[in-house]
Amino acid sequence: MDDLQEPRKGWMSLLAKAPPQKLAALMPDLPEHALLRAPEIGAVMVQGRTGGTGAPFNLGEMTVTRCSVRLECGTVGHAWVQGRDKTHARRAALADALMQTPAAAEVATRVLAPLQAEAAQARSTRAAKAATTKVDFFTMVRGEDK
Amino acid sequence: MYVAVKGGERAIDNAHDWLAQERRGDPAVPELSVAQIREQMKLAVNRVMAEGSLYDPDLAALAIKQAQGDLIEAVFLIRAYRTTLPRFAASRPVETADMVVDRRISATFKDLPGGQVLGPTFDYTHRLLDFTLMAEAEGCDTGPEQGTPEPAIPVPHVTQFLNRDGLIEEAPHSDDPPPDLTREPLELPADRALRLQAITRGDEGFILSMAYSTQRGYGRTHAFVGELRIGKVAVTVDIPELGFAVEIGEINLTECETVNQFKGSRTEPPQFTRGYGLVFGQSERKSIAMSLVDRALRWNELGEDFTGSPAQDEEFVLSHCDNIQATGFLEHIKLPHYVDFQAELELVRRLRSEAQSQQEAAE
Repeated sequence: MDDLQEPRKGWMSLLAKAPPQKLAALMPDLPEHALLRAPEIGAVMVQGRTGGTGAPFNLGEMTVTRCSVRLECGTVGHAWVQGRDKTHARRAALADALMQTPAAAEVATRVLAPLQAEAAQARSTRAAKAATTKVDFFTMVRGEDK
Repeated sequence: MYVAVKGGERAIDNAHDWLAQERRGDPAVPELSVAQIREQMKLAVNRVMAEGSLYDPDLAALAIKQAQGDLIEAVFLIRAYRTTLPRFAASRPVETADMVVDRRISATFKDLPGGQVLGPTFDYTHRLLDFTLMAEAEGCDTGPEQGTPEPAIPVPHVTQFLNRDGLIEEAPHSDDPPPDLTREPLELPADRALRLQAITRGDEGFILSMAYSTQRGYGRTHAFVGELRIGKVAVTVDIPELGFAVEIGEINLTECETVNQFKGSRTEPPQFTRGYGLVFGQSERKSIAMSLVDRALRWNELGEDFTGSPAQDEEFVLSHCDNIQATGFLEHIKLPHYVDFQAELELVRRLRSEAQSQQEAAE
């Protein structure tokens, strides 16, 4: 289980940040499962740090939906996702469970890989846009330099 | 004495129906969707999230629609909704050093690692109305230069450079759980963490005016914008059922750090000091203002003199910066005060008749 922890953090985070419609399109059919915790909407208090590095303070809350499921084989999956989309949380929990079963490889290629690619694409497109607004300072040539 | 009065029900129902009709406006004009508000009124959405103290762009957009664009009313709706949510957890403090920046500028260093990135800014626009936005077929122009896709690399905080030479005060790291004014009533004196929470959800106009007053000399702090950055940070939460932490989402934040001239005091050496602003969304004016007010309120811990300026007075700032509290108390005076007023009326009549009879007696 412990070797799974790092990759699991990665896929849970990827699933949580995925656009809900995109995840729904990639996972149209849901496997048989029981709800251990039906999707529940709540809040997480987001903290910042004074001066970026100092003591924590409460910045404000964000909406979060959490859900826990159990597959027929008994594997349990959890999800905490930003926002109030219950189907998002449920799908993310199911994907988390499936990733701990022999179906992992298939889920990784069919669901996680496209999400990963899209997220990377969105990030680099935005970074490229920001880079075009980077200022290139130059000094005017002055007479005495000639 | 409280006297229950009935009879307004029909009038209230009709008033609400009319309100709904007014909100819709001319039915010949297409109705606004929540998604349109979220995407095209982004800065209003950001403000409602910041002052509503709840990060959820869809809900903020809905609140703006429902409030007919009255942003304080929208903040009120968000605050009311917020109280219905169970609190699952507190996040780990967000790492703004890892922010994927859309904008990052420094007014103190021209050439700094990562550069000056302007981002989508109103600065350098001429503030002339753009009538092409009014034309039916909105000029779907080419958009910005796309640039070549590149990895998003975090840029270092500017204050680090000054820190290296010991020229600026440190922000000592700690993991003390911060006080939360949404759980405990505000008590004074407040520590810096509590002040920052109050200011970041405070009214932008109020915080702006307070900050401006310090620039005009009422508690001057000689601030430079050391760094202003806007971008996305991940929110990480320790998931109790798993026993480890997961990034559960990303939020846009604006962070401002001021570098303030400081001649030293009885307790501190001459060095630069810092003011800090961190606000939900792209909220540049608010975050700059926040960092100025934060710095002004630190006079005591830095051993500076209290000059009696409003921005230095934490009771004044913290008790009046919340626009929902202010609106609630301000607007309640329009609600029925028939009995209170009746009492006042009686009193004035009695005083008058007493005064009159005294005058008559004197004559």
